[in-house]
Amino acid sequence: MKLPVKMTINGQSYSHEVEPRLLLVHYIRETVGLTGTHVGCDTSQCGACTILMNGQAVKACNFFAVQADGANIMTIEGLAKDGELHPIQQGFWEKHGLQCGFCTPGMIMSAYQMLERYPKPSEELIRHQLEGNLCRCTGYHNIVKAIEWAAEHMPAKK
Amino acid sequence: MYPAAFDYHAPGTIKEALDLLGKHKDDAKLLAGGHSLIPMMKLRLAQPKHLIDLRKVPGLSGIKQDGNMLAIGAMTTHWEVESSSVVKSKLAVLSEVAALIGDPAVRNRGTVGGSIAHADPAADYPAAMIALGAEMVCEGAKGRRTVKVDDWFKGLMATAVGEDEILVEVRVPVLPASTGAAYMKFPHPASRFAVVGVAAAVTLDGKGACSKASIGVTGAGTKAVRAKGVEAGCTGKKLDAAAIEAAAQKAADGVDVQADLQGSVEYKSHLCRVFAKRALTEAVKRAGG
Repeated sequence: MKLPVKMTINGQSYSHEVEPRLLLVHYIRETVGLTGTHVGCDTSQCGACTILMNGQAVKACNFFAVQADGANIMTIEGLAKDGELHPIQQGFWEKHGLQCGFCTPGMIMSAYQMLERYPKPSEELIRHQLEGNLCRCTGYHNIVKAIEWAAEHMPAKK
Repeated sequence: MYPAAFDYHAPGTIKEALDLLGKHKDDAKLLAGGHSLIPMMKLRLAQPKHLIDLRKVPGLSGIKQDGNMLAIGAMTTHWEVESSSVVKSKLAVLSEVAALIGDPAVRNRGTVGGSIAHADPAADYPAAMIALGAEMVCEGAKGRRTVKVDDWFKGLMATAVGEDEILVEVRVPVLPASTGAAYMKFPHPASRFAVVGVAAAVTLDGKGACSKASIGVTGAGTKAVRAKGVEAGCTGKKLDAAAIEAAAQKAADGVDVQADLQGSVEYKSHLCRVFAKRALTEAVKRAGG
């Protein structure tokens, strides 16, 4: 039996009828058509599918679309504004924080929550906060540097 | 991967949730944060026909102090425990345990009640709840009852909660005077589950000897257990390095240590002893010893 769901993604509202077993990540990628959110391990370990739901990082492969009914969601596509990269995206560019790029959307969404909670993170804290995001290329060093760069360049909170 | 089809329910009251549970019985599963259940459903290790999501049931989340207990609603997330000022000031070790679970995204969704009711043999909270002497409040059609932690974990992913009951609250005593507590674990590098984890709470008497030790071990066997040998080895002793070392040697005694992908029985038994020693050392230090 299909159920109605309604949610806001990157400021735009969407309504669909979905099967309860439809995972949020597939809803975002296949129903809504935003394919920046990736499916990596599909077991909630690698973090490639990380999105923000009501301001909190969530692994969208481990969540049903029906659970997100009424939620406010932000995906990687919601970060850049008017063609300008968000400071975290810019940090990954400046510090070469990616190689193949598959884990990058999840890394950036996790970094977004991290910098909301800890605006001036130490290297140790960055590494601890990235435990849910696996990268098989970089060895993490440049990802950590990218987040440090972003922390220095984030606009001051109002 | 996607699960077998199911009907989704999101009841708005505890009574409605209990009615659904009573109606569908074994065909239903309760959904809290879903960070254990949904992976199992995706692997089709669990195929409930009805999923009862508790997210709209009021009154199931939040942390408050009730006398010498912290009353933690079952739907309280790990992040809420980790970041709670009440927990940090009254029972800091519990906030530390929460901060070691999974990763930040998992902690945003995973709940205290979900973890305790699911009773994964490698989960972190069970060891801590044993060491801290927690109690679980279950609600059924006939009202509420309280179960002490030593009667809670029954076996592999099996607990004392009735099939027609919902775990609604976990009550954890704040530490008595002259007591220190610590949790140490060896995490699996990808899942962050405990390969082995040991929680210790130690109370010292006026002369600096241990008057009470409470030790929980997770990860090693089919369920979290109390390490009675270590507790007996501590009680009445002044816990210097040699006494801790001797007591920790008993950490795998009485644990049904299971070999798995993480390691052999011998290896995991060794980890029990190593992490018992580390947890005890830190707990004694925090107790002022």
